[in-house]
Amino acid sequence: MPELIEKLSFYLDFPFVRYAIIVGVLVSLCSSLLGVTLVLKRYSYIGDGLSHVAFGALAIASVLKFSNNMFLILPVTAAVAVLLLCTGKNTRIKGDAAIAMVSVGALAIGYLLMNIFSTSANISGDVCTTLFGSTSILTLKAEEVYLCIVLSCLVLLTFALFYHKIFAITFDENFARATGVNTNLFNLLIAVIVAIIIVLAMNLVGALLASALVVFPALSAMRVFKSFFSVTVAAATLSVVCSLVGILIAILAGTPVGSTIVAADIVAFGLFYSAGLIRNGGN
Amino acid sequence: MNETTPLIKCRQLTLGYGSKDLVRDLDYEVNVGDYLCIIGQNGSGKTTFLRGLAGLLSPKSGNIELCEGLKRSEIGFLPQMNVVQKDFPASVEEIVLSAFQGKFRLLPLYGRAQRDRAMECMALTRTESLRKSCFRELSGGQKQRVLLARALCAADRLLLLDEPVTGLDPESTETMYHVIKDLHQQGMTIVMVTHDVEDGLDDATRVLNFDQISVKGK
Repeated sequence: MPELIEKLSFYLDFPFVRYAIIVGVLVSLCSSLLGVTLVLKRYSYIGDGLSHVAFGALAIASVLKFSNNMFLILPVTAAVAVLLLCTGKNTRIKGDAAIAMVSVGALAIGYLLMNIFSTSANISGDVCTTLFGSTSILTLKAEEVYLCIVLSCLVLLTFALFYHKIFAITFDENFARATGVNTNLFNLLIAVIVAIIIVLAMNLVGALLASALVVFPALSAMRVFKSFFSVTVAAATLSVVCSLVGILIAILAGTPVGSTIVAADIVAFGLFYSAGLIRNGGN
Repeated sequence: MNETTPLIKCRQLTLGYGSKDLVRDLDYEVNVGDYLCIIGQNGSGKTTFLRGLAGLLSPKSGNIELCEGLKRSEIGFLPQMNVVQKDFPASVEEIVLSAFQGKFRLLPLYGRAQRDRAMECMALTRTESLRKSCFRELSGGQKQRVLLARALCAADRLLLLDEPVTGLDPESTETMYHVIKDLHQQGMTIVMVTHDVEDGLDDATRVLNFDQISVKGK
């Protein structure tokens, strides 16, 4: 055990490990907050679709040789999020079909572009890194960390400010609209926040796993807790704990960061699921 | 109370989805102090009309005018329960308080006045004891009463009810009608869509029948 702590403090001396932990905590905190809303509005799949879009955008950004990929990825993902979330009801192509189309489309185009305009010798390695975030979190630059901190604070602040509005819209959008809440505006806001969260989460766990950070903590917390507030707090706490545990295990055991975090989330879901069963069974 | 003051005026109102019109060229007025029941077969357009009044559906032609300075934030609405709510982790208190979101623009917190009003509404609908309970664990009748409490919190002048007693047992139904009647006597204008032509119309002052689009006064 002392050996392990020594090894850990040795690693913590490296700035990139500290960066990884800061980004990990912030991203997992943000991503868990809107999880409840997305899960309950039956939008779980949107997170997944958006992460594929972000992958496509990333491919385009690297082909165009952008200095900072974020400036392309973020607006593109946000635009698609707005399209998917805000036009969901009255379109000819139904919501889930639209998401499926956009998501696989972006994935295919992204991979195609990366292959045609390849700049590196190891394409499959690059693609794998983007999709599963195998090492990207440990190669973060200081400016990327700052951007992540700014975006996370923005998400947290917006969520805190509009917490009750988001609750009202999630629980009953019709009622909210009928009683004077500008639901279109807040749906738009939710869409943009989701896009930011997905792009942030992509840094941490990679494009394919980003939606796991959104969905798992919320689903786990919903098994056990009974009010919206307690579910939100529990999901946020759980998400941060799982990410920390995941990052530390990944560093110590040399496993890929993204999938280790998601594995931790899955284990937590199992525990909460059992706890929920026991609790309900006891009644 | 014999003179009638319109609260909502519908002029040449046409409502519908896609190419289908469910309400056509309707001229109608909801007056201050009405207890209006809307009846008709399934698909006759009664819920569509209520959604129009609630501002959830824009008119295809004609218009709906809110009179007497009535604002959306003064209208309470009891919609039919949706799928999302069946599995929703929220306490009764959180749901009832969410009624105030239309009233203030940016304040993120609820004040004393709102909490007191929420307690009053829960008392009126006999849901006080459920305050800390989880919504998804309540019975159908309890859920409906909680949603009515929320509608009351939002309703300052007008209450729109979409089939408030569907799926309730006789006892809950009676409680529901009793609560609505009390509210009406305290001066609230009520518009209710209902299937229950046996007991639902007992307290109504006016009936709008979508099967005949005939308007009867009482």
